[in-house]
Amino acid sequence: MPEELIKNIKDLAGEHNLAPGTSMCAGCGALETVKLFCDILGKNTVFVNAAGCMTLLSIYPFTPFSGSWLYTAMASASAGAQGIRDALDILIKKGKLSADEDLKVVVLTGDGSAYGMGLSSTSAAIDRGLDFYYLCYDNEGYGNTGQQDSAATPHGARTATSASGAGFTGNKKDLFSIWAAHKPAYLATVIAAEPMDLARKVETAMTIKGPKMFITLAPCPTGWHYEPHQTVNIGKLAVKTGTWPLKEYKDEKVTHTKILKERLPVEEYLKLQGRFEHLFIPEKNLTLINRIQATVDQYWKDV
Amino acid sequence: MTKRILITGNAAAAWGARLSSADYIPAFPITPQTEIIETLSEWIHTGEMDARMTVFESEHSMITAAGSAATAGVRVFTATSSQGLMYGMEMIFAIPGWRVPFVLVNVSRGLASPITLECDHNDILAARDSGCIQIHCATCQEVLDSIIMAYKISENREVRLPVMVNLDGFYLSFTREPVEIPDHNVVTNYLGEYNRLNDRYDAATPQARGLIVLGGSMYSYFRYQAHLAALKAIDVYNEAAKEFENQFGRRYNVIETYRTDDAEYCFIMAGSFSTKGKGAVDHLRNEGRKIGLIRPRIIRPFPSGELRLLLSGFKGAAVIDQNISSGKGGILYTEITSALYGAEGDYPVIGSFIGGLGGRDITIEEFTAIADEMKGHAEKGTTPETRLLFNVEELEQIKKVQIIAGTENP
Repeated sequence: MPEELIKNIKDLAGEHNLAPGTSMCAGCGALETVKLFCDILGKNTVFVNAAGCMTLLSIYPFTPFSGSWLYTAMASASAGAQGIRDALDILIKKGKLSADEDLKVVVLTGDGSAYGMGLSSTSAAIDRGLDFYYLCYDNEGYGNTGQQDSAATPHGARTATSASGAGFTGNKKDLFSIWAAHKPAYLATVIAAEPMDLARKVETAMTIKGPKMFITLAPCPTGWHYEPHQTVNIGKLAVKTGTWPLKEYKDEKVTHTKILKERLPVEEYLKLQGRFEHLFIPEKNLTLINRIQATVDQYWKDV
Repeated sequence: MTKRILITGNAAAAWGARLSSADYIPAFPITPQTEIIETLSEWIHTGEMDARMTVFESEHSMITAAGSAATAGVRVFTATSSQGLMYGMEMIFAIPGWRVPFVLVNVSRGLASPITLECDHNDILAARDSGCIQIHCATCQEVLDSIIMAYKISENREVRLPVMVNLDGFYLSFTREPVEIPDHNVVTNYLGEYNRLNDRYDAATPQARGLIVLGGSMYSYFRYQAHLAALKAIDVYNEAAKEFENQFGRRYNVIETYRTDDAEYCFIMAGSFSTKGKGAVDHLRNEGRKIGLIRPRIIRPFPSGELRLLLSGFKGAAVIDQNISSGKGGILYTEITSALYGAEGDYPVIGSFIGGLGGRDITIEEFTAIADEMKGHAEKGTTPETRLLFNVEELEQIKKVQIIAGTENP
């Protein structure tokens, strides 16, 4: 069982399928997850990408992937995955591709696509029971264009389009629940700062046929305004404060994979990030901090 | 075995896909195209066609899947119309750069707004600059035959671009004509085994497709490659047409000519309305007028060289555009005049007439008036102003409707 396989960090995949030296920013939280995914999924993959930061991974004539890659468009990576999956199935059926040469089809998009423009094509792919992986790296804004508000931006965060003292006045969309309502074969939240939890979930998904959906929180030094070396720390704090709940959906049930005995105050997570600086400087905005804390408290109360 | 049956243009399109042994059909319904995918779905269901169909949630996704499946190495057929083509337009422009073959049938329908279900060519001509090859059909037989030829052209090593085959909504899509259905084996023989070339994602040969390039030089290089491949498609088309004639006995030149041998004047039209134009030519010929008709079948690449050869020696030519580029005029008129400007030859006075928008009829009286106007101008050596075909009775009708709508008439 995968649960038994991955007990500690040494049990993580020994192979490395994503070459270093990409054009991602230093400390990119998304790249960390992509790397872990590539290592666990193996070489026999085709990544289908939508417009976002990760589009810059493959720049002609280079690609860091050991497997294949197709860039489609911001709205339709899941449709591209459907086309490739269908084609591979046709080739296997007609004896033009041997089944052991089969590939895992992996959609890779940011939150801008996953929460917004790409939601329709993804919804339809889940409806059709497409056998694919979907990895959404959620850096909580249109990161590649300089961090404007997306539907994934959290309440109070300052972005390039919410620069006022209150930050973003909307609320982060609950994509997990939206996807769960489609009843996919598998769905999980992950974060690279918790690699064992992530690895166990990917390995679990590999035993399941159908839509396998992942949302990873992707701490973003340039969009969230912190020093690159803080990425792992901020990722861990997102979990420890209960801001980023780690959970999975399987057999129509949601299970939290990391239950916290004690949660740290959200302040510990917020204060390290420049996008929340206005909550602390020039003076502490207790109303806003308390509101963010209350949302997190309410979430865990409902669990 | 070849058989002759009475079928609609939509059914002829479905037959084209079936005889070409398309492996994969990404689909989405839209009037007046839907009958094509319904027919194919039925054949897949009964086992008469060995293909897979996936119904998408939009044309944008459908066209993405068409291109994506082609990059993985299967023969793809898809179809849409009007707003659907517009919704998928991002991918219509993106996928030619992937240099993969597939065939897309467009059933022409006027674009909103206002909304209409009937045909004109603003939908397909919006894809003019996309890099896709365009073949425009005038009969149901031509629809079937053009799809088969389209695979031959699209899959050619020197082209590797999607081909769009256009048929007019209602006038062809829902009109039954006798159509000869060629033998499946003969078509398979004509097309040959599907050649994937490098379109594969086998584990042993990973590929990265659709990438970013840095800098204008590299971007220009790939854009020029696609352009040169599109230009090359004329030669490839001619070759495909010759082989097609040998196998099936029907000849489709890049430009069809009708009674042009001794003609001094001509109508230039695309699509099924050219049939009305041919009727008008016959009528005018009976009155002793030396007039013919020219119909470009392939509009991308644009057959400039062929047009120069054909049009030299005419006194007057009337381009009747079933489309309108607001603020400019007829699209084909612009394309044709630009092909002739500065070229050596004895070229005619060319007039621009816009008609048939949203399926509006063009009457024999209008064709006659156009011929008269062209004659008058050709004799004086002047070029007529662009004419928008519309008559007094139509205007009276509009005025009545506007009273009901409560709109003030300016």
